Amino acid sequence: MSDEEMMEGGVQKKFCYVNRTAPYGTVYALEALEVVLIGAAFEQDVSVVFMDDGVFQIVKGQDTAGIGMKNFSPTYRALEMYDVEKLYVSKESLEERGLSEDDLLVDVEVKTAAEIRDLMEEQDVLLTF
Amino acid sequence: MKFTIQINEGPYTHQASDTAYNFAKAALEAGHEIYRVFFYHDGVNNATRLTTPPQDDRNVINRWSELSAAHNLDLVVCVAAAQRRGIADADEARRNGKNADNIAPGFRISGLGQLIEGGIQSDRLVVFGD
Repeated sequence: MSDEEMMEGGVQKKFCYVNRTAPYGTVYALEALEVVLIGAAFEQDVSVVFMDDGVFQIVKGQDTAGIGMKNFSPTYRALEMYDVEKLYVSKESLEERGLSEDDLLVDVEVKTAAEIRDLMEEQDVLLTF
Repeated sequence: MKFTIQINEGPYTHQASDTAYNFAKAALEAGHEIYRVFFYHDGVNNATRLTTPPQDDRNVINRWSELSAAHNLDLVVCVAAAQRRGIADADEARRNGKNADNIAPGFRISGLGQLIEGGIQSDRLVVFGD
């Protein structure tokens, strides 16, 4: 075990959270964000991927007043404070929805489907929401 | 091999809990270890003892309770997801001013950290749901 793995007396694994659903139609996006925030306390190597309709979770200018639900999108901007900094977005998913990196409310790295596949291949734990 | 199982969907509407149960049972019979079963999203609804399915159907909740009793399985229900959906043990009911609890035998309510820890401690974290 490396020094890094011995940190906090425990193992460090590669955790990847994959967000695939739009933010308000189902609860998955909100409850996925809760897992990421709690998980941050465990000092694992964390990546977060937004693909398919999941890219809508981090679109700027969300206004939920009309649907009576809490707009939780500002919380994505807090991820950096929890040292969750590896945010990846699917290039194809953005393009299919007429979106670009400028439409997003957090700094991300845009990856192709092939690059996301390679990223997933490296992970120890993949959680899809 | 050591497994943690995550169940994301409620009973009867979705096959996730049935498939996870069959997986857990088969894994235990094959000599593997189940470190934890974690119930999240609507999966917390697998933990209510008030479920009353027709007599000629399986009882998804009782099956988990029985498997837990037989193999000392750790069945953990996410507290935040449970509060949203009305799943409570006696402590939770008292803390939130409710006049009843409904948690089934063998289940316990705890935090999301239990899921992350399951992922860290197990060889595989297997997710059942969409």
